[in-house]
Amino acid sequence: MRTFLGMPTTAPAGVGHLRGDEPFPAAARKALGDAQLRRNLRHATTTIRAKSGAVIDEVPDWAELRAAGRAIKADTMARLPELLEQLEAAVTAAGGVVHWAADAVEANRIVTELVRATGADRVMKVKSMATQEIGLNEALEAAGIEPVETDLAELIVQLGNDKPSHILVPAIHRNRAEIREIFRREMPGVDPDLTDEPAALAAAARRHLRQTFLSTKVAVSGANFAVAETGTLAVVESEGNGRMCLTLPETLITVMGIEKVIPTWADLGVFLQLLPRASTGERMNPYTSMWTGVTPGDGPRQVHLVLLDNGRSAVLADPVGRQALHCIRCSACLNVCPVYERTGGHAYGSVYPGPIGAVLSPQLTGVADNASLPYASSLCGACFDACPVLIDIPSILVHLRGQAPHPRAEAAAMAAAAYTMDHPRLYAAAQRAAGLGRVAGRALPPPLNGWTASRDLPAAPPQTFRQWWAERGSGS
Amino acid sequence: MSAREEVLARLRAALAGAPPVVPAPGPVPRRQGDRPPGRPELVELLRQRLVDYRAEVHRAAGADVAGTVAAILAAAGARTLVVPAGLPADWRPGTVEVVVDEDLPAARLAGLDAVLTAAAVAVAETGTIVLDAGADQGRRALSLLPDLHVCVVRPAQVVGIVPEALDRLTPGRPLTWISGPSATSDIELSRVEGVHGPRRLHVVLTDG
Ligand code: SF4
Repeated sequence: MRTFLGMPTTAPAGVGHLRGDEPFPAAARKALGDAQLRRNLRHATTTIRAKSGAVIDEVPDWAELRAAGRAIKADTMARLPELLEQLEAAVTAAGGVVHWAADAVEANRIVTELVRATGADRVMKVKSMATQEIGLNEALEAAGIEPVETDLAELIVQLGNDKPSHILVPAIHRNRAEIREIFRREMPGVDPDLTDEPAALAAAARRHLRQTFLSTKVAVSGANFAVAETGTLAVVESEGNGRMCLTLPETLITVMGIEKVIPTWADLGVFLQLLPRASTGERMNPYTSMWTGVTPGDGPRQVHLVLLDNGRSAVLADPVGRQALHCIRCSACLNVCPVYERTGGHAYGSVYPGPIGAVLSPQLTGVADNASLPYASSLCGACFDACPVLIDIPSILVHLRGQAPHPRAEAAAMAAAAYTMDHPRLYAAAQRAAGLGRVAGRALPPPLNGWTASRDLPAAPPQTFRQWWAERGSGS
Repeated sequence: MSAREEVLARLRAALAGAPPVVPAPGPVPRRQGDRPPGRPELVELLRQRLVDYRAEVHRAAGADVAGTVAAILAAAGARTLVVPAGLPADWRPGTVEVVVDEDLPAARLAGLDAVLTAAAVAVAETGTIVLDAGADQGRRALSLLPDLHVCVVRPAQVVGIVPEALDRLTPGRPLTWISGPSATSDIELSRVEGVHGPRRLHVVLTDG
């Protein structure tokens, strides 16, 4: 791929985790054969849907909050360059150092050099989608630096030599018995009589990581939000591993996708109300940390912020697909998706699975590199219904299908994979969606027999991305 | 071009070539909270929400914070207590060894049984207390490493909803929002209390 300087650019291949080894239908078929996986997923997503629904019902202005979330994000994207400059100025004024990374390779190099400069050969990490996306752990390992994941689910994935399969709960595909086995096998010094009680498993993780927290000099985090007007970064978490990493080391390096910036301090109020209820089904998650540059006598003395593009500029360049950048990574769309519930996250190939992954990954890499993902959906509309910032995922899916290199082949492959799905539940999902009428005018209204090839034929978009791209390329 | 200029140029090109299909919606009305802070029903709501998330809540008459804290520590079997330098002197219980934090190393903090702090703000609707590293709360590590956190909240600090809390907080300060003891939803998506942060959270609500 040729890169034009200063033009919106997709994420490079050969680094990071945005592209799968095989197309979605093939990977999904394998996952569908794993009954244990399906049971684990169904149990987990059913639990979370009930919890989330109950705490959302308590909020009298949930609809207004969602609308406000969407409005703030749309405004942010329209002013992204100026907001990032404002953020940079505010972080710098507070004693932080801001770095810019055009892609995964640059971001990995920046972080590796920052760690090297400290002399440390180990870093502790707070769960971060951005660092998974760019393959930071592999880059650090290649440089002789050991990355230690401290989030319980990430630890389960790392110890199990596994891949994350959910945005919020990367080990959602594992049940308690499997987790106990991984701990017994891989955790040095673990009690051989460890039970599979979640509390016992959590306690084992606490013992395992305690010394790491107290002795590691460098931490790497992501950020859920960055406030342009104040330079404040926020990490939303549960276990306290985030607090440990953000507070105890001498150096803190935060890698953040550029779309995470929000304009004002007051805007945090909208997202802090939306995110926990949509995400873990809590009124508020146990811990949220906010820091603004360096505070003498409290926390890290060196604070870095790496602003990452890695394909986001290309997403921004598509006026329909752009709203995928509004995502606050709550994972509600995964938890309600009938396709995700059957296939799990690995089938999507990218670190971003589920409905949001099906629209985000192909845009970050270019649709040709993830051509089957826009078809990894029944267009039932449950994701749009659940999304706390009202991202119209089905419309983006339809839009992206119009850009797939061989849409009929992709559609046929998906229809074949869909055949193996269990129909009674899809029937219910389709019935539910029929009431929404959302895809009317775009595709056939959801039929009640699951997926069909005909439904996967999108209405011709007025202009394809590539036509548009070619036109604007010649005009500038 | 530097990476900075490169990224900014890409974003400007993206926006110039593709204006929004629909203009960004204007500001949406947001609920601002209409209950004056500290009203008894707010304090009661805070209590319920804290309990819901497995924090333990105690009421203490203003003069008796120290006695309440002493009882909590005794029941928990805690013998050492660390406090920030600016904690009101009459909150300190006389029943345990009290260590004042003067930049203690992390390992030392982790070896102490309990920590006693004040709070900056509390949010009733979500059962949240917010620490802003004020003199009566101390630096962030203090309320993180001991396994038992006792936090004193005054009625005037209790607001209804999150936006009201943000209004009262100063953005530049390091902030920690705490809703219950440390927990995880990582095993089968059910909440389990007690991972890396304090495994027990006790909140003392004073009456003035
Ligand atoms: S697309 Fe919406 S529902 Fe899905 S993870 Fe993002 S914010 Fe949550």
